[in-house]
Amino acid sequence: MNDFDAEDRLRFEQLVLPHIDAAFNLARWLLRRREDAEEVAQEALLRSYRFFRGFHGGDARAWLLQIVRNTCYTWLEKNRPMELSMEFNEELHLQTYATPETLAIADDDRKRLTLALETLPPRFREILVLRELEGCSYKEIAAITAIPIGTVMSSLSRARRQLHSALVNSSQGACP
Amino acid sequence: MKCDFADSLLQGYFDGELSDRRAAEFERHLRHCALCATELVDLDLLRDRLQLAQLYESAPAALRRKIIAPLHAIAPTTAVSRSLVWHWLAAAAALLFVAILLWKVGHGVRGDDYQAELAGEIVDALVRSQQPGQMNVIASNDARVVEGWLDGRARFAVPVRDFTNNGFPLKGGRVDVIEGHAVAVLVYERNGHAINVFMWPTRERDSPSRTGSRQSFQWVDWRKGKMEFCAVSDGSPVELEQLRQLINSSA
Repeated sequence: MNDFDAEDRLRFEQLVLPHIDAAFNLARWLLRRREDAEEVAQEALLRSYRFFRGFHGGDARAWLLQIVRNTCYTWLEKNRPMELSMEFNEELHLQTYATPETLAIADDDRKRLTLALETLPPRFREILVLRELEGCSYKEIAAITAIPIGTVMSSLSRARRQLHSALVNSSQGACP
Repeated sequence: MKCDFADSLLQGYFDGELSDRRAAEFERHLRHCALCATELVDLDLLRDRLQLAQLYESAPAALRRKIIAPLHAIAPTTAVSRSLVWHWLAAAAALLFVAILLWKVGHGVRGDDYQAELAGEIVDALVRSQQPGQMNVIASNDARVVEGWLDGRARFAVPVRDFTNNGFPLKGGRVDVIEGHAVAVLVYERNGHAINVFMWPTRERDSPSRTGSRQSFQWVDWRKGKMEFCAVSDGSPVELEQLRQLINSSA
């Protein structure tokens, strides 16, 4: 820390700090609560600062998001291990986080989409967030989530289908 | 019902990730496949809906301040003081931020939990390395060959020793990345078990060893002579400790 020289610090500020929003957004969607996301995003930034000497150029956003993701999963393992062990289970998820009723009465589409996204298991949620909100390429997604690039397409496909069916369930709930 | 292409080419086409040749191939398919055409429209609708909802959540200002302030506090500054009082207040605040950051790094992050967490990531990297098709590997029992190979790939000098005479023959090495950190890995064998020794430079002082386990692996982590080592194996912890002592006495 003490010997982190001015040059390193400047590079860190220029390369990593522009991605604080990306870090928070990913943490927010993985953890589902803003307060937790703030705590974990801050910790991830501290860790990235510590590891910064190991970053030898390349995609700084993907590098940071990889650390954010690892920090989030470690946090989940410690605080909400159930969420990691669950595969997508529509009924269970809808019971835990959102029912067709709560989805249906959500007063706007933003809330409905938020609840639907939050019913997905973390690894499907993260891939959608990285692709649709963060605009990451497949290569970046593979680097951040540590899955082979060939698997990105099929994972995205499953994630999109699950989101779609979560949304269909919610609109069915709207019709008596 | 869905088309066989729905899980693969369709997604890549929709996301603009296919090569020209593959995209043309898919477009030919699309002319005859109503399922894919419909799905493409659905994907488009879903994306529009996600965009319209503005789900992206930016970092709250308070978080941004918490992250940036400590960095600025320790950055060289040429700011001219506006008033003496303000200046002293700012200096005091800066000191506090530095103190908090150092405390966090010293205690929160670089604590036992942290070391265990890092070892955990190393075990994960080991599992990854055992998957087929791994590049960046050299198999050799000649320490000089392995050292020469690593020399061009790791960004630091790797002390390579063969301990065949002590019952731990060198099998090879590779390079890996742990949390963006370039690391060198030496592989030794003992009673049919591989022992992977991860190493990378550190500026921290020598430390005694810490041990733990994750999945079915044992690990031992220590620092010596400005290098951090983490040895991982699915064999016995006693053998890990023997190898650790061999490495330490030669380092």
